[in-house]
Amino acid sequence: MGSLNTLTVRQAVDHLEQGACSSEELVRDLLSARTALDGTIQGYLQMDGERALAEARHADADRKKGRRGRLLGVPLAVKDILNVTGQACRCGSRILDGYTAPYDATAIARLRAEGAIFVGRTNMDEFGMGSSTENSAFGPTRNPWNSACVPGGSSGGSAAVVAADMALAALGSDTGGSVRQPAAFCGCTGLKPSYGRVSRYGLVAYASSLDQIGPLTKDVDDAALLLGVMAGPDPRDSSSVEALVEDYAAACGSDLKGMKLGLPRDYFVKGLEPAVEAAIRAAIERCRELGAEVVEVSLPHTSVAIPTYYIVATAEASANLARFDGVRYGFRAEGAEDVLEVYAKTRAQGFGPEVKRRIILGTYVLSGGYHDAYYVRAQKVRTLIRRDFEDAFKTCDAILAPVAPTAAYRLGEKMADPLQMYLGDIFTVPASLAGICGLSVPCGFTPAGLPVGLQVLGPAFGESRVLRVGSAYQKSTDWHRRRPALAAEGGR
Amino acid sequence: MASDTIDVTYVARLARLNLSADERAAFQSQLGQILDYVQAIRGVDVTGVEPTAHAIRVQNRFREDVTADGLAMDAILANAPQHSDSQFIVPRIVE
Repeated sequence: MGSLNTLTVRQAVDHLEQGACSSEELVRDLLSARTALDGTIQGYLQMDGERALAEARHADADRKKGRRGRLLGVPLAVKDILNVTGQACRCGSRILDGYTAPYDATAIARLRAEGAIFVGRTNMDEFGMGSSTENSAFGPTRNPWNSACVPGGSSGGSAAVVAADMALAALGSDTGGSVRQPAAFCGCTGLKPSYGRVSRYGLVAYASSLDQIGPLTKDVDDAALLLGVMAGPDPRDSSSVEALVEDYAAACGSDLKGMKLGLPRDYFVKGLEPAVEAAIRAAIERCRELGAEVVEVSLPHTSVAIPTYYIVATAEASANLARFDGVRYGFRAEGAEDVLEVYAKTRAQGFGPEVKRRIILGTYVLSGGYHDAYYVRAQKVRTLIRRDFEDAFKTCDAILAPVAPTAAYRLGEKMADPLQMYLGDIFTVPASLAGICGLSVPCGFTPAGLPVGLQVLGPAFGESRVLRVGSAYQKSTDWHRRRPALAAEGGR
Repeated sequence: MASDTIDVTYVARLARLNLSADERAAFQSQLGQILDYVQAIRGVDVTGVEPTAHAIRVQNRFREDVTADGLAMDAILANAPQHSDSQFIVPRIVE
């Protein structure tokens, strides 16, 4: 075959069911694409080709024996933050050197039960802390559209391998935009489900009140398919909810008749790159042509979302990352005299600079004398941000917005100034704080040839709505089918 | 609004995190800027507003207290930097 790596998940499922290809052939083409491209992109941290082929052959044999499954024999890439039995799970960090996952995350277990196989682990900002994948202890991933640029982050490896056809689809996690923003930067589709929609069991925690697992795919229909498999309550995550899991594939229609889409005036402000705004405006026009009514909405607390996020998220991170102390798993520093020194030295040598920065900030905002002024106050502002969305969704079904104020920037451009990096999260963190769902779909390119993402936000557990908007948009555009020149040359 | 200063050395000790002199200097200045920036939340009127700890209002959730399979001890200990029999090994704590 030679180009099975370019298929979507749904196309691969059809091929496999009709006997047009085997899972083994699919994996072989992915391995070839990786050999051709990943030296440049560095999207994968690990891919055990022999093991992947063995699992693919196993799936092929199962199919012959009559086994069925919605994803039988479909290879998926997984962000290095999700536990998959028998695989390393290093979260882009040195501190988990030597750790092998002894169990499956619930999302992984559900995909596996439908027959999916997990063929490679993708690069990420250490513990999800970053917006460019430059904070990985294993070096940065590069954007397939321009290898001088970042792929976004923190799920930058997952976005890059999907965009470059080195994976059919990948899993990521989104705490403040870590699925949506890299999807936008790399020109693929990314879904952050509502908080509670997908179990977090087996997802290494960064900020527990914000983290969600989400798919990065080649189109919205694939995102719907994977969400449908992963969604639903789990006794192992008490924050996963009973809210009705809908038929997400059925939600993917082709028109927007009768839908009211909100434009938040607070998102079209100074700092939004003109080429990004132009692409978003054109996408909004297209939604209108598809039958949607577009209304203006207001999200007045947008300007304080970044301060709120960086207080809440770092506070939670400082507590969550206390478990990495060199005792139970991973790396332990040599030469410590007592147990306190084991902790302090292990953490000094095991964590990278951004993780240390956030642990210090989070510890500070929780410390005596500052807890109320920062942490509790930020939680109150969070309530106001959540109410902004509740009010907005009284007058519209979904919200259209940019994913990020700019397209992908150059490697190194923002590394010296962490605050500048944080400011790029302005359009993704509000939805995270509110716990609502958000989808990123490709909607054009800048004059420099870099992808632009349209963000579709829906109310909590309103995934069907955002998938319907994204799917209808993709059925009338072909931005999501464009591939970087590098993938077209290397993937054949 | 004047911002609080952060004593990076002290906070790092609370966080059980050794920092080099270079890291301390860099973090002191970077975190100073970040703290200045987050002062913006002080300008928001939050009178009478309840804090949000979780995006969805999570209540205590109960389940039947029944035994279920967990991870095997061997599988857990296999990931430890140092272990012996059924225990994690650390330097002596009590003299």
